[in-house]
Amino acid sequence: MATADEIRELMRTEGAAIAENTQGFNTGRYDSVGDLEDYEDLKRAARGIKEDAIEELPELLDQLTETVEANGGTVYIADDAADANEYIRDVADERAADRVVKSKSMTSEEIEVNEALEADGVDVVETDLGEWVLQIADEAPSHIVAPAIHKSRESIAELFNEQFDPDEPLETAAELTHFAREKLGEQIIDAEVGITGANFIAADTGTMALVTSEGNARKTVAATDTHVAVAGVEKVIPTVEDLHPFIELIGRSGTGQDITSYVSLLTPPVDTPVVDFTDDETPLSEFDSDRDFHLVLIDNGRLEMRDDEQLRETLYCIRCSACSNSCANFQSVGGHAFGGETYSGGIATGWEAGIEGLDVAEKFNDLCTGCTRCVNACPVGIDIPWINTVVRDRINRDKEAPGEWLVDGLTPDEEDDGAPLQKRFFGNFETVAKLGSATAPVSNWLADTTLARQTMSRVLGIDPRRDLPAFERETLVDWAGDRDSQVTNPERRAVLYPDLYTNHVQVERGKAAVRVLESLGVDVVVPPAPSSGRAPLSQGMVATATDHAERVTKALEPHIADGRDVVVIEPSDHAMFTREYERLLDESSFTDIAANSYEVFEYVFGLLDNGASVDSLSTVTGAEIAYHSHCQQRTLGLEAHTVAVLEECGYDVVTSDVECCGMAGSFGYKSDYYELSMDVGDRLRTQLEDDGVQDRPVVASGTSCLEQIDALLERQPRHPIELLAT
Amino acid sequence: MESKRASFEGALEALGVTVSSTSESELEAAVTEAVTEPAVGVALDETVGDGTFSLVETPITVDPTPAALREATTGVTGAELGVGDYGSLVLSMTEQASELVSLFVERHVAILYEEDIQPDMDAAVAELDERFTETNGSAIIATGPSATADMGALVKGAHGPKEVHVIIVEEED
Ligand code: SF4
Repeated sequence: MATADEIRELMRTEGAAIAENTQGFNTGRYDSVGDLEDYEDLKRAARGIKEDAIEELPELLDQLTETVEANGGTVYIADDAADANEYIRDVADERAADRVVKSKSMTSEEIEVNEALEADGVDVVETDLGEWVLQIADEAPSHIVAPAIHKSRESIAELFNEQFDPDEPLETAAELTHFAREKLGEQIIDAEVGITGANFIAADTGTMALVTSEGNARKTVAATDTHVAVAGVEKVIPTVEDLHPFIELIGRSGTGQDITSYVSLLTPPVDTPVVDFTDDETPLSEFDSDRDFHLVLIDNGRLEMRDDEQLRETLYCIRCSACSNSCANFQSVGGHAFGGETYSGGIATGWEAGIEGLDVAEKFNDLCTGCTRCVNACPVGIDIPWINTVVRDRINRDKEAPGEWLVDGLTPDEEDDGAPLQKRFFGNFETVAKLGSATAPVSNWLADTTLARQTMSRVLGIDPRRDLPAFERETLVDWAGDRDSQVTNPERRAVLYPDLYTNHVQVERGKAAVRVLESLGVDVVVPPAPSSGRAPLSQGMVATATDHAERVTKALEPHIADGRDVVVIEPSDHAMFTREYERLLDESSFTDIAANSYEVFEYVFGLLDNGASVDSLSTVTGAEIAYHSHCQQRTLGLEAHTVAVLEECGYDVVTSDVECCGMAGSFGYKSDYYELSMDVGDRLRTQLEDDGVQDRPVVASGTSCLEQIDALLERQPRHPIELLAT
Repeated sequence: MESKRASFEGALEALGVTVSSTSESELEAAVTEAVTEPAVGVALDETVGDGTFSLVETPITVDPTPAALREATTGVTGAELGVGDYGSLVLSMTEQASELVSLFVERHVAILYEEDIQPDMDAAVAELDERFTETNGSAIIATGPSATADMGALVKGAHGPKEVHVIIVEEED
């Protein structure tokens, strides 16, 4: 796990460059996919192709081997890194190569082929300018697509000037680029072997697709007589025609370009003549095009991932980096904290767990807060947060249960083969909340004492700088139970789900929701119900979360059967019911609850749309308000409902567009992540303090967002439903 | 036809790629005008007018030596297809070294027949799928100049050409 110190250091040294670049890519993605009419269709097609290809992988590998060999190339399927390297070293050795030029490829990073070749005395030169910078600086990539994203122009200039001592010091991006072009150009034409990756390989013709902007992959192939392509076995797709959705999606998803400058579709060995670049007599066409081609396909754990129900989806990944760029935490720390030995960002947990093992994945897995902002960004629809949760669960189970005295009292429903103490504390927050309400206000006072804060900091890793939630003595369920329905002839009937926070902490927003629904003619009940399981799920306690899901279903089922709609205030719980429960429940239970659940503003929007009158709510004329939606709510496409309802009630609404507030539940409470959480939050704070926004009252949908905004601003935020209650 | 071409030209413009158009009979003059010397080139496969368009009457060195290629500023090659919605050019990789001539220069001049403009990427890939199945061919889908942002700002001409110019050859009435 990256420690607070490491994270702080990375934020200081690399944070600014990473933030600027990833946010640029991310904005570019929104713009670029916004122009695509059939974006969702393309994503579905892309996913479908990968699903089928992984399903038929063994057959496709056989077919590909046949076609490549019929074309005159060689295919080698390597079990692991050592096996692959041995083969590649043999190829270089047979060619008596002094220099190998390489075009950026993650798979060759994975096997560390450079080190293997260099040990044989071969000069290995990276030709991608970003990779070359890192090679000179002796640093590791920090991003899947833009490996040197963490380096500023100034630091590159300094590096080049020191290393090469040019006549005139290099300064601008153009000077640096042209210097690199010259240097690398000479080395490329001088090399014997060219190593490339392959983004996709079509089994029917043996055509591989290479996606680049610089043209270095083209040069690497054209200027050498021996081409080694290194790729994971998962890169095979059936036909050239299947490339279409990927060509449309890959650049847009990653850097926000509609398409990268070059998509090379090579069916090696290619016809381009192998020339001697110093020859000034022979015409180009008179050189022959004898070229050796070796396709090295690497398993390295992938075939096992294919058999793993949960990790399998990782193999659909096309390494576009959209999940990294859209990740609020990644935007602050980059891949040196949020990544393993090779892969970085959201999907890296899946890759590293499959390829290197759980211990490598563990180092950064906690940095996924499960906000789901990457889910819609992924062009092949991988549920990245779910993979992170599953791996977290496996890491928990890999460890010995700590069996500490403190948590045992607090966690009666702890998992048998337990998560670590801190995870169990947050994962079983339901128990904490129940206790807290039962003993409020004493519990609040107690929690605030220095001694308690120190103990919580030491034992549970809860950052003392965070305010803790204040529990209410009277829960929402108690309040509602003592009260008669105010609606005589109901238009609809609903059950308001008393989520943990609304029930124990933010009771006011619960009361407001009941009043609003009643004003619109809805008969509301608030029965006791277990917490959704969001808290344990976030901690990777899948069994506990499943248990919650089953109990929630049991509690709500009779009401649904009775014709009541389920209305949910807390967006992360609504997301549980409509997204994650699919993984935790049997199909019919899931469909039942998902189809009948509504986020509270989605529900109000529906009521107004179906004829309920806005006049029965509290309305204003043109009052200004700032609204921050919630990550999971945005993933589900529900931000617009709140905005529409507020506008109908007369508000002039400004919305934030940062990816996440940086709190994401328990994450921001943890001492190790407190500063990162505040750094991410700073982007939201800046927006809320912008001209024209700074005087607006703030409303936010999610509990964790409300807490974060409360910590970030002087203005105390509220849940928007509280504006509507009369 | 017109709309494919219009969207193709619009996309090229957005990429910073310049365009000129000509008829077959004026092609030599158009190419001469488009190049910056020293220029090298690959003869077109297609028949233009009475024979293969040879570029002999132009200042372009056809089928140059490797050393001449390295000296050249401009490289002239044909393009197999144009892609309307992206402004992409599909460049083939031939034994005549068209790949080297289009890549190892600062300025690439591509000659494209108007009828070879495909409406969109879907159509272009379907066409390539068909060709590759028959010929095991290779091609580059090239969109705008070579570029990189690795050095802190977007710079054109990273490894490949910094400038691209497209000459659209219109059918003669
Ligand atoms: S998981 Fe999805 S978004 Fe992330 S790199 Fe892979 S394909 Fe792209």
